[in-house]
Amino acid sequence: MNEILGKYKEEVDAILAKYPQDFKRSAVLPLLYIAQREQGYVTREAMAEIADIVGISTTDVASIAGFYSLFYETPQGTYHIQVCNDLPCALRGANEFLKQLCEYLGVEVGETTADGLFTVEAVKCLAACHRAPMFQVQEGDRLHYHENQTIETAKAWIEEIRQQAQARAAENKDGGQQ
Amino acid sequence: MSEQEYVLLRHRSIPDIHKLDVYRQHGGFDAFHKAVTSMTAADVLNEVKNSGLRGRGGAGFPTGVKWSFLPNNVWPHYVVCNADESEPGTFKDREIMESNPFQFLEGVMLCAFGVQANVAYIYLRGEFYPIAKQLDKCIKQLEEEGLLGDNLFGTGYSLRVYTHLGAGAYICGEETALLESLEGKLGQPRLRPPFPANYGLYGKPTVINNVETLTNLPPIIKNGAEWYKSFGTEKSPGVKIFSLSGRVKRPGNYELPLGTTFRELIYEHGGGIIDDREVKAILPAGASSNIIVGSDEALDTPMDYESVAQLGSALGSASVIVIDDTVNIAQLVEQTVNFFKHESCGKCTPCREGTYWMNHLARRIASGEGSEEDVVMLETVAQQMVGKCLCALGEFSTAAVLTGIKQFRSDFIERVKSGKTEEVQVERTPSPAGASDRSEVGR
Repeated sequence: MNEILGKYKEEVDAILAKYPQDFKRSAVLPLLYIAQREQGYVTREAMAEIADIVGISTTDVASIAGFYSLFYETPQGTYHIQVCNDLPCALRGANEFLKQLCEYLGVEVGETTADGLFTVEAVKCLAACHRAPMFQVQEGDRLHYHENQTIETAKAWIEEIRQQAQARAAENKDGGQQ
Repeated sequence: MSEQEYVLLRHRSIPDIHKLDVYRQHGGFDAFHKAVTSMTAADVLNEVKNSGLRGRGGAGFPTGVKWSFLPNNVWPHYVVCNADESEPGTFKDREIMESNPFQFLEGVMLCAFGVQANVAYIYLRGEFYPIAKQLDKCIKQLEEEGLLGDNLFGTGYSLRVYTHLGAGAYICGEETALLESLEGKLGQPRLRPPFPANYGLYGKPTVINNVETLTNLPPIIKNGAEWYKSFGTEKSPGVKIFSLSGRVKRPGNYELPLGTTFRELIYEHGGGIIDDREVKAILPAGASSNIIVGSDEALDTPMDYESVAQLGSALGSASVIVIDDTVNIAQLVEQTVNFFKHESCGKCTPCREGTYWMNHLARRIASGEGSEEDVVMLETVAQQMVGKCLCALGEFSTAAVLTGIKQFRSDFIERVKSGKTEEVQVERTPSPAGASDRSEVGR
């Protein structure tokens, strides 16, 4: 039983329709995005399902997931903070910003906070060199930029997310939806 | 700034141009309508050829000539737009797609008509997910308005445009790696020949053009080649978006005629250097640049393809990173090398091993733990890579190393003699052990 196909048939069909019938393999990256959206990372099971849909081996799908840096094969923080510290950003204080951000969250680069909310990563150029320091946040399949940052604006955003998470947790306790 | 008539960044004159009705009120899709209903594909191609437009992605190859390489006895033809903008220091395509999306899409459509392709793919870097979503909406609107789809304007010509997201790999900006990625494979460059014009996407004749290149097409077709040639220089006609970053007061995108001097860009538009310091060096084409020493001669050089080449560098995508005298070039080189080591796809040995060892050496030197022999070794490794890599990435990784050591050797010597580093300006943070450093797995 193919869960991705079962659950998102319309979306999968729309993706497959973009490419010629003999080249379904082109749909690998879009399908990996769907899988990652589901669980925050790409599971082995999802890779097997994708392999099945596009007609290649699971090993091939795994090698593709491993090659591209936006896919994760282990659970990540809900909010994946990616700070660019490439040359142009470094010239405008990105390294100091990254250091302060990690200190504030109490993690090293590459680590996830104990509550599972934030992962911090240093990444390469994000095409925002004129608005450094900056970071992008990956959240499920969504992705947004935070530009012209200071450590204060970043802290404010982090606190906002923490409050939202607490509110959700409280709601779940009361309402018991999940 | 005085009133400027923008050709590419038109949203700066007409803020609502991202709305289809506003774009159309300002002549949007007139060019496409004119091309499809009253011009042949050859007419379009000739107009583009005559305009002298050159590829804005970095190589500067004449666009019309590139199109003309597609054979007319093999079908279908494909158009692929390279929207993988990833060169450190480049952020122009992003602004175009975010704020002037319909002019860009009309450019894609004109290119498709010009080579008689019925399908065009826009390959965006994965980080441009929100932009891809927005473009999808724009494409849907165009389908609803009858500007995309079957039998356009009753002529029998059909065209579909699709977005496709990459997933975090600089190498996919290399056109054959991009094609591999779009085919659902690892983004690794192909051996050439055959070139994409003959054997491109799905083995079919394919044109691959950059976002900015394509965005030039609607005004060229609408106003004609002669009009376009009134901007810029004889050999580098037209306007160009310069992405200005680094140690300047006002970093940003500046649309200027080709041939504008570095001095005008940095001082008039960029407001000069932070704390009014001196320009020490310029990287005119992002991290891939041969470093230019910030002399008066360099500052007075016009930024066109020929003049920058005469300085021993290249205009590339015109991502101008300005370096002042607070920056040590050994540290700068460590940053560029680390970037390329991270982004090397691992397919060819000179690049995979070369960037790995250059990264080790550059890090050791920049951290003050290296020796003079390390500087010599770094230079030697770079020299041995030149001309031996499968694609331009490997070649580019040596650019800052070789020109940095040659022109700023004292910065390197100062590092190896000074012991620990003092400034934090370009200091490296440890690379993450996590997913983004996967290229190291298996080492």
